Amino acid sequence: MDDGYFQQFLSLFDEFDVPAAFWVNIQLTFFAGILALILGTVLATMRISPVPSLRWAGSTYVTLLRNTPLTIIMVFCVLGLWGQLGVTLSPDFQTNFFRLAVVGLTVYHAAFVCEALRSGVNTVPVGQAEAARAIGLSFWPAARLIILPQAFRGSVAPLGNVLIALTKNSTVAAAASVAEASGLMRTMIEFRPDVILAIFLTFAFGFVLIVVPIGLATTALSRRLAVAR
Amino acid sequence: MVDISAAPPAPTGTTTDALVELRGVDKHFGALHVLQNIDLTVRRGEVVVIIGPSGSGKSTLCRTINRLETIDSGTIVLDGVPLPAEGRALARLRADVGMVFQSFNLFAHKTVLDNVVLGQVKAKGVKPAKAKEIALALLDRVGVRNQADKLPAQLSGGQQQRVAIARALAMQPKVMLFDEPTSALDPEMINEVLDVMVGLAKDGMTMIVVTHEMGFARRAANRVVFMDGGQIVEESDPETFFTAPKSERARDFLSKILTH
Ligand SMILES: Nc1ncnc2c1ncn2[C@@H]1O[C@H](COP(=O)(O)OP(=O)(O)OP(=O)(O)O)[C@@H](O)[C@H]1O
Ligand SMILES: [Mg+2]
Repeated sequence: MDDGYFQQFLSLFDEFDVPAAFWVNIQLTFFAGILALILGTVLATMRISPVPSLRWAGSTYVTLLRNTPLTIIMVFCVLGLWGQLGVTLSPDFQTNFFRLAVVGLTVYHAAFVCEALRSGVNTVPVGQAEAARAIGLSFWPAARLIILPQAFRGSVAPLGNVLIALTKNSTVAAAASVAEASGLMRTMIEFRPDVILAIFLTFAFGFVLIVVPIGLATTALSRRLAVAR
Repeated sequence: MVDISAAPPAPTGTTTDALVELRGVDKHFGALHVLQNIDLTVRRGEVVVIIGPSGSGKSTLCRTINRLETIDSGTIVLDGVPLPAEGRALARLRADVGMVFQSFNLFAHKTVLDNVVLGQVKAKGVKPAKAKEIALALLDRVGVRNQADKLPAQLSGGQQQRVAIARALAMQPKVMLFDEPTSALDPEMINEVLDVMVGLAKDGMTMIVVTHEMGFARRAANRVVFMDGGQIVEESDPETFFTAPKSERARDFLSKILTH
């Protein structure tokens, strides 16, 4: 490598907006993360409910979505939902694809959120539910006030793992034509194969920079929020 | 003034004196016949101690009375009303039956005060300010008011169990069930809990207590019910039961717990 290599590499950042591409991944992760948390909580509640049909629906959803490759879900969201069924989530072309990608990431990761929460439910002793029932709370108030809050606090670490997976999986949104980091990387390599190694390292490092703090934060949080028994 | 007396509320059902009535109750766990044709009547204001060897079905009997366990056949009538099978009616009825567990089961993520407030507000619709007032008075009564803002894990076992009693009382139950309330406690804490229970009994609370504490049975119980193998083998007043048990099985059992 001569001096020119580094100059060549730096000039990439003038040609391509790398931070903007990463910002798209962060946004995908943010929105899909919140929606997956909500949907996953609903699914977990269904799976612990006393109603057999709800339990069945919850576990069927999880089995189906967890075992389907994300790329296929993503392609379905674009070609199936939008292309075939005409589902449009925004009049703006780019925004529409972004939102379809969020839907794909959400429905997939909700299954994992559900399972993480269920592992949290298992940390709650059965006596907690019995005490809730004994003071006259029926299933829903008992779940909302007693079981789920403790389950959340007991599943911060596995939820953190889901968030880390989601952050990395947000690159699959490229399959939905969303201009995010991995897509930009491919474009850059195509145009500048001379600095391919530097490009690859840039993007790998970018993800490490996003993911490592998530891991550290969730580990610290899971210790702080752990329910003392 | 907050009314925290344990005096039983006015009867709402039939005119009989029976508050809890079990008739021909049967229960299986798989092939195991844990409750065999149980007949038991507990009168208003009565304190009944249930005693018997491990696995004889004492806990199960207790738990069927607020339907934490279902029964296979027979009837359970509470204050003249048969236990509803499911749903809101059952939840409402459960609030009439206070339950104190061996392992306390305080809500681990809630403060002591919130533990006692929660059921009042969420299950009975009491206004939060009023519920807090009642809760503090009850915590005072069981001697842990100064712990109100702590989490359960920060309390000793004896303190936790007294909070659990306050939590159950806050629902103004017609009857209180205790399933071995002191057997998870260190010896020096047993009496602080038993004292609270004796106080409740003196105030006229109807109580069904699974315990091997003979001191409590002698001080507070009207009747001792001896169970073995899923059956009620013998019933009598505490003095008679402990000094002159009628059945061979009771004699055998007593000789074992007395030599310890
Ligand atoms: N959920 C359950 N499933 C299957 N068997 C059970 C269950 N709960 C209790 N049993 C069995 O039923 C029998 C009665 O149990 P129970 O807990 O009522 O006894 P107990 O008199 O309270 O005993 P202990 O003094 O040990 O608390 C025991 O043989 C027990 O193993
Ligand atoms: Mg027991």
